[in-house]
Amino acid sequence: MRWLLIAAALLGVLFAGVGPAAAQAAEPCRASADNGCLTGTLDTGEEQLEGVDVLITPVDDKGEPIVGQEPTTATTDESGRWSFSFTEPGRFQVEIVEDSLPDGVEALPSKSKLLKGPGNSVVVNGMIGGLASGQPVILGVRSEDYKAETSDFEYFLQSSVNGIRLGLLLALASIGLSLIYGTTGLSNFAHAELLTMGGFTGYLLVQNVGIPLWPAVALVTVICGAFGWVQDRGLWQPLRRRGLGLTQLMIVTIGLSLALQYVFQLIDTETVRVVVGIPDGVEIGSVGITWQSIISMAISIVLLIGVGVVLLKTRIGQATRAVADNPALAAASGIDVDRVIRLVWTVAAAFAGLAGVLYALVTNGVKWDSGLQILLLLFAAVTLGGLGTAFGALLGSMIIGYVVEVSPVFGMPSDFKYATALVILILLLLVRPQGLLGRPERIG
Amino acid sequence: MFDKKKSETATAQEEEVAALGVAADLSETAAAVTAAAGGEVGGPMLSDRAREIAGYVAWAIAAAILLIMVLAFFGVEMGWTTELGNSMLDQALDPQTAAVAVAVIGLNIHFGYTGLLNMGQAGFMLLGAYGFAISIVEGVPLVFAILIGLAASGLFAVVLGVPTLKLRGDYLAIVTISAAEIVRYVGRATAFNEHTGGPQGIEGQDFRGPVTDLSFFGSGNLDVGSLDYILTGANSWWMRAVAWSVVALCVVVVWLLVRSPWGRLLRGVREDEDAIRSLGKNVFAVKMQALVLGGLFGAIAGMLYVLPSSVVPDSIGRTLTFYCWTALLLGGAATVFGPVLGSILFFVVRILVTGIADNTVPDSYLNTQQAGQFGWIVIGVALMLLVIFRPQGVLGDKRELRFNV
Repeated sequence: MRWLLIAAALLGVLFAGVGPAAAQAAEPCRASADNGCLTGTLDTGEEQLEGVDVLITPVDDKGEPIVGQEPTTATTDESGRWSFSFTEPGRFQVEIVEDSLPDGVEALPSKSKLLKGPGNSVVVNGMIGGLASGQPVILGVRSEDYKAETSDFEYFLQSSVNGIRLGLLLALASIGLSLIYGTTGLSNFAHAELLTMGGFTGYLLVQNVGIPLWPAVALVTVICGAFGWVQDRGLWQPLRRRGLGLTQLMIVTIGLSLALQYVFQLIDTETVRVVVGIPDGVEIGSVGITWQSIISMAISIVLLIGVGVVLLKTRIGQATRAVADNPALAAASGIDVDRVIRLVWTVAAAFAGLAGVLYALVTNGVKWDSGLQILLLLFAAVTLGGLGTAFGALLGSMIIGYVVEVSPVFGMPSDFKYATALVILILLLLVRPQGLLGRPERIG
Repeated sequence: MFDKKKSETATAQEEEVAALGVAADLSETAAAVTAAAGGEVGGPMLSDRAREIAGYVAWAIAAAILLIMVLAFFGVEMGWTTELGNSMLDQALDPQTAAVAVAVIGLNIHFGYTGLLNMGQAGFMLLGAYGFAISIVEGVPLVFAILIGLAASGLFAVVLGVPTLKLRGDYLAIVTISAAEIVRYVGRATAFNEHTGGPQGIEGQDFRGPVTDLSFFGSGNLDVGSLDYILTGANSWWMRAVAWSVVALCVVVVWLLVRSPWGRLLRGVREDEDAIRSLGKNVFAVKMQALVLGGLFGAIAGMLYVLPSSVVPDSIGRTLTFYCWTALLLGGAATVFGPVLGSILFFVVRILVTGIADNTVPDSYLNTQQAGQFGWIVIGVALMLLVIFRPQGVLGDKRELRFNV
């Protein structure tokens, strides 16, 4: 673990070194408690457009311009960025002034039905107290000789990278869920609350206590692991001893998930972000990715390989697999089943917490009820891979993460991208109920 | 030899352990393992004395709730307690409480009688509500609108049942919770805005008409004790009468069903699937019938739930399913009146906890909003404690609840 911390710290320094330079080039509009920002970049994919005017008009709920409020014009800088500051929340219609576009470049109508305004404009809800970097407004531009397929292909590439990222984080969380199921038979409905807890703990440590990001991430992992240990010691082990049935145990996890959710809501009712501000990143070809994402993915890969090696090569890993296979036989062979289960709970909670803080870091933060959405993806992932199999969970997570992010490329409305994963799950149960890597005798 | 289903082989595994001659050294572990595998070993966690005291406390709280409600009803001045009593009384009679009671009756058929883990009752409710509301908006007569709502929900049950009912119970749980979320996603998606109204949903006044038109209560107000509602309308005596009549009807239907041979078949499936199969019964068909029937109750519940308010997909989500579960376990699974009692108790106790927390703890520690959140934390913890210490709920019989997945 120590070398990992060092590696994380080194990468953190690297990240910190790159940060300020990017901050200078950033936009002047910074959101605060009193004002919000709309911001965007005009980029044809080949060049950033400088000196293009963007017209921002305050509109009412029906999209009609509000009488007495003047439209504002923002002009893009040399990196194609524009931004607009407002002090009253409300709706804004944002459009590109076509005449200010350079020759050979045209504005595109918005692809999103939700945000569509007249012509090439989009309508956005301006909120105050959102992201400090401002709310991104996507306005499409392209050069007229441009080929549409390239764009779709780039979109596909970008989505694929996001999908792999989501898949890795899901894998980190679902391996624990699957191992708990394997060793105790319990479907833990409170597992995703551990992810939310990771995100919230990360937020508290970084924003309130002021610990630097990556040490805080390590600390979150430790805290969540400890919580897993306490959960098993204080709750699940006594209940197992008592002989409570699996159905009852499952309902207990539901109660726990409900209670934890509202504890998070007591802490904060809004989305919390571990780090506020524009994260720095790199562009590889047409694919943009932040350093935070790269580091998160690296951490996930290292830990997942670690889990695989431990499960396959070490005594404790063999013991875990033995317990998952047949607890009674494992106990008869001299394996301390309770100790194995305790270890599984601790590691599962630690990994889930880590996945949660990384998820909060690379997406737009977590909310008190984010667990729900993630839980369904986790269940889809472990069931797809085969309930109770660690490697199945890994495979299932990668598939689910990838499908969720890539399905919008193939025309799935983004409202439904989470539903895609669940539909896959239901279809799979029809043809191969034991999951991809599961063995048939585990079921029904 | 070791490939058998865990839940069935609890005792067999114990024997295996004994046969290997290490039972004495491993008795503790074996007990834990057997427990983990779903067996019924180990003593009670509470002493008899503690149980007795807990029983008295529960009765005292129940008596206090009733007393406060009765005093508030007759308008006795007791400071904030009067207000609390009134809101408890109002909630106990609310049409939405009745709607949840019907949903819980359906869930009771699934879980209490048949042992099916339906974690998506809200999905059945939402489909019933959409089917009903959209049909009425499109001008379909009331009876057919209700039938369309029922059909949507019944079809949903079949679609979910086919892939999962032959598998272990967890699969049904995972698939139903997922499918209920899909229904909610689809409902709030902008793609079908013109029918479903997206996240804002369908306004109650757009589909309430045919039901309020049936009212023979006349118009104006009726004031009984501290209860004062309009006679016909959204939040009216008519809505309350309709909702609670439906509850009464559902209770009678369930009472008749569970006394029938078919009802015994359901319990048989819950207790021992293999035994029922060996009697030549089609277990899959029985489970499917139970799933569809419970889903139909869910659809009716959904219609009742949206009548006084509106169809908002986000208000009929996972949380509502969990309330139904808590209410079911509180009242007592596998009992006829348990669902109704449980639903009323669930909402009343929540208001009691929130109200007391709000009025006794200073605002600097817990403001009104936080008191509401605190109330939900208590509900979550109560669900856990209930399942651990009194899985049969208020009315249930513990011997009925040895079910397992």
